[in-house]
Amino acid sequence: MAVAEPIIANDQDTGESELARRLARTWRQPTGIWGWFCNTHHTDIGLRFMVTAFIFLLLGGILAAMIRLQLIRPESSLMGPDLYNQVFTMHGSTMIFLFAVPMMFQGFGVYIVPLMCGARNIAFPRLNAFSYYLYVGGALVLWGGFLTNTGPDVGWFAYVPLSGPAYSPGHRADIWSQMITFTEVSALGVAICLATTILRHRAPGMTLNRMPILLWEKLVISMAVIFAMPAVMVASGLLLLDRLVGTHFFNPAEGGDVLLYQHLFWFFGHPEVYIIFLPGAAIVSTLVECFSRRRIFGYTPIVVAVVATGFIGFSVWVHHMFAVGLPQLSESFFTAASLMIVIPTGTQFFCWVVTIWNGRLQLRLPMLWCFGFIFVFLIGGLSGVMLASVPVDLQVHDTYFVVAHFHYVLIGGALFPMFAGIYFWFPKMTGRMADPTLGTWHFWLFFIGFNLTFFTLHFLGLRGMPRRVYTYSPDMHWHWLNVLASSGVVFMTAGLLVFLANVIWSRRVGEIAGNNPWGDAGLEWAMSSPPPPYNFLHIPTVSGRDPLWEDPPDQPVVVGLRDDIRETLVTQSLDADPQHKDEDPGPSIWPFLTALTVSAAFVGSIFTPWAVPIGAPPVIVTLIGWLWPRGQSPTPRPGGEAWVR
Amino acid sequence: MCKPLHIAPLLMAATLLASCKREERTLRQPPPASETLNTIQISGLNPGANSIPTPPSSNMYQESAYAVSEGQKLYEGYNCVGCHAHGGGGIGPALMDRDWIYGSEPGNIFATIMQGRPNGMPSFRNRIPEYQAWEIAAYVRSMAGLLPKGVSPNRTDHMNVKPAESSTSEQTPIGITGLPEQHK
Amino acid sequence: MNAELNFVSFRLVAQAMPVDPGHHHVLQPAAPQAGNIEWLYWVVFWILFAVFALMLAGFATATAKARVISSRPLPIIEDEEGDHRARWALGSALSITVITLFVILVLSVVTGKRVEGLSSKNPVTIQITGHQWWWEVTYPNSQADQTITTANEIHVPLNTPVVVLTNSADVIHSFWAPSITGKRDLVPGYSSAFWFQVAKAGIYHGQCAEFCGLQHAHMGLSVIAETADKFQEWQQRQIKLAAEPSTSEAIRGRGVFLTHACLMCHTIRGTDAGSHLGPDLTHVASRKMIAAETLPNTAGALAGWIVDPQRIKPGTLMSPNPLAPDDLQALVVYLQSLQ
Repeated sequence: MAVAEPIIANDQDTGESELARRLARTWRQPTGIWGWFCNTHHTDIGLRFMVTAFIFLLLGGILAAMIRLQLIRPESSLMGPDLYNQVFTMHGSTMIFLFAVPMMFQGFGVYIVPLMCGARNIAFPRLNAFSYYLYVGGALVLWGGFLTNTGPDVGWFAYVPLSGPAYSPGHRADIWSQMITFTEVSALGVAICLATTILRHRAPGMTLNRMPILLWEKLVISMAVIFAMPAVMVASGLLLLDRLVGTHFFNPAEGGDVLLYQHLFWFFGHPEVYIIFLPGAAIVSTLVECFSRRRIFGYTPIVVAVVATGFIGFSVWVHHMFAVGLPQLSESFFTAASLMIVIPTGTQFFCWVVTIWNGRLQLRLPMLWCFGFIFVFLIGGLSGVMLASVPVDLQVHDTYFVVAHFHYVLIGGALFPMFAGIYFWFPKMTGRMADPTLGTWHFWLFFIGFNLTFFTLHFLGLRGMPRRVYTYSPDMHWHWLNVLASSGVVFMTAGLLVFLANVIWSRRVGEIAGNNPWGDAGLEWAMSSPPPPYNFLHIPTVSGRDPLWEDPPDQPVVVGLRDDIRETLVTQSLDADPQHKDEDPGPSIWPFLTALTVSAAFVGSIFTPWAVPIGAPPVIVTLIGWLWPRGQSPTPRPGGEAWVR
Repeated sequence: MCKPLHIAPLLMAATLLASCKREERTLRQPPPASETLNTIQISGLNPGANSIPTPPSSNMYQESAYAVSEGQKLYEGYNCVGCHAHGGGGIGPALMDRDWIYGSEPGNIFATIMQGRPNGMPSFRNRIPEYQAWEIAAYVRSMAGLLPKGVSPNRTDHMNVKPAESSTSEQTPIGITGLPEQHK
Repeated sequence: MNAELNFVSFRLVAQAMPVDPGHHHVLQPAAPQAGNIEWLYWVVFWILFAVFALMLAGFATATAKARVISSRPLPIIEDEEGDHRARWALGSALSITVITLFVILVLSVVTGKRVEGLSSKNPVTIQITGHQWWWEVTYPNSQADQTITTANEIHVPLNTPVVVLTNSADVIHSFWAPSITGKRDLVPGYSSAFWFQVAKAGIYHGQCAEFCGLQHAHMGLSVIAETADKFQEWQQRQIKLAAEPSTSEAIRGRGVFLTHACLMCHTIRGTDAGSHLGPDLTHVASRKMIAAETLPNTAGALAGWIVDPQRIKPGTLMSPNPLAPDDLQALVVYLQSLQ
């Protein structure tokens, strides 16, 4: 049947509970241990990403506390250089690759994007699940290495030649570079899933210029990931070849180039900052709108700013390399580009002020965290302006001033919005409200501790304390500032403990939330909390930027999707007009098995290049299993045929 | 929710523990054992016949990638290259082949470095500290492929005139190995 | 003997010479370069401070104006007019941002030119080579016997431009003396040059700023700025061969040096020791610090360093030397005679 009934209809199905029952059965995810590995639903995978990433935040935090403890007194004998170098490398790598990106990009994105789009599931759900297992694989490799004295000790950036075969014996640097491969493949997989979901699975009516800012930002970041991650995988891949096969990419004596590595690394490394920060900014935009009780001011400027950040983010990488001594003209170009990126960021700040100014501000817990973000990120962003200037950068580069700067940017740009987002979407994820009193305690403890630690580090940098030193002489007069900085750790730890207690307590006995406790506009609040496995009873349609605020009660919904197979709606990229129906592939063990074989090949190639040819056939076998044709769907029910407009 | 994941880190830990020694970095050397020094000093200075037991402490150097890489630096720095080249030999005998005049065991090489050998090899006793001699001995063995691949160094950041030690295939030491039973 | 030596090396740290805090500080410049950068730092700082204050004031005012206390969602406001009014505000705020950024860009480029451009034609040239974990400092001269090689201490004449040629023997290091000028990485395979000039006499501390391995923390240097006369005098002394030992103990010390591990790594010009793995010790006694500015150059520190360097800098390439007490004593006397 070419043209069936109209796909958008006003008539609500009378048998709604019957439909809900059937959808729940169709979209049910398997249970049990085996079922756990088969699950491909985005809310489950998204939560797993978040929980796992949070565990690594805590582990990375423990390492940070070890660093602060070591530096609390000069000539401390707590850790030797061998262990300290591993600890600070592990701290950086864990926080960036195992926490920040998996939490802010993968975790939040995978959970929230399909809900905001009005989709039943993420696009390519198996690829999504595969990405999660691969991320866990990378995390286990890195931490397994650390726990067996094979933790990388060359810095989270692993500059050659220090990380090369001549100066880094053993397999420590190999572990680092394969961890990169694991996590970056994972990020690439999720980027493809998210970009496709946003471009092809939006609810009818959600044209590009009605897309929530958060979706815009996820789209831009997905693109940034697709362009940035290959650079670091090339860098770490070439490093691995140098170390394992004896190639000479980075051997100056044989015509290699050590600066090539830095260019490749920072071509990824700087966009990475925006990959971490933009999700935070998008959360703030969402929350400012919700708690100001009015449409966000300057939708178009903010979207343009987000897209511009995505582009300019790729042209500033050299400001990490000013000290290598480049020609002045090219340095000036990168100074200009680095300063230019202030404009889109400033735009967002201005729009937030105006939205609050012209709105009715409810300073509830998630909003408090947004204000924390604004304060902290402002300081980090402004000290970033100083670093964009070549002469100033040459003085404070690689000192604790820079450490202070990027903790203000990354903790400000990721951790504060993350907590805002967790408190905001906690009712959606668990069905219960998080306790606001505990949340406020959490905020103040963390905010005070954070500023105590990291504001102090600015002064240490100006007093000439370089980064990555395992100890310092008592004659350098850095002692008391270090004591002050370390004391903030106590407050931050207390704040995190309050948060954990809050989550555990509120999840059990928190106030029941209902569908939309904050009265927000996004589609993710249209279904029960937590979302059912099919997300939406009917795929919604939207007629404005703030669906739940603007849409009339008789807003049409999509009907005609089958409820006996996992049918999803595919819409056009620009106008979100319904285009055709697709079938969600459903639960499968193959993503997990493929992740196992791929992990085996990756881990093997830490030790021998033969792991690639030997490891490839099992990967191919599991891929065949994954891609094996599924055969015909069960007998179609009337009204369930493929629909063509 | 995470139950099945508990097993994975344990398995991984078990596999990696096996290679733990490889990563050991002993920055402060144990004090030299004077008995070892004395036993090894006794030498007939004739090819082969030195039945020198390898003291257990030398394993520490044979099994640590860090120690072997230090040995490599010293081999270059102390100008062993001057006579033995990068293992190919020149004024002194080649070290990357199968022929070992004075034995291929770590103890033999150690003794060679410490005592010197006729026809040119000087004695480095007192010049090269014992632990460094063991490190050099470990590195020399890696040139002939006598160390595990994971421990042997890969390419250096210099001109690489021969394949790296880690890709040298294992040689079977022939000639006079210094092992007493083979000498009989 | 061991216990005694441990005691010596344990006390070394406490004896180290205190660094004048003003001589290792970004904001207390002693040279035109660091001075220019300090000026730029403060100008940019105050501009940004004003921006920060304005932004915070904006958010605070907005919050005070718009805040409503309510724990349940309030109705949504339709506010087309407010949006309209705010448009010019956004426009002007962005224009001010762009202008401010442009000012900062111009200031930065101009200062950059001032810092990097060399005006004088008669500079002193120094070659600095980074090693794990010390600095080799050479004053090249067309006549080989006039070339000076020293370590970790850079003597420069006051108010004279000093051109520094950089190189690295192993990994990337970064030369940084905050009171004098910004950093410059020493990248293996790349030779580069920069210059500085010191305006105030004194000893300025410096430090490796690029992570370079186990002893990155203990890779210090000092820049000793002195009058042209004193610099000349220092140069003349450094060109000479090592002083002949005069006392019997010093003679014995030289013997110890030449028959032990010392000569495998170090050079003392005028003796048989000529290896370039470690610092040149021809005039070691003229230096104020040893072990890359980690220890003061005193007899006790020297002895402790020779016996057990791994205690002070674990991972350093210098080997422990378990010398007999009187050998050690003689060696220290000899080294201290190498003025």
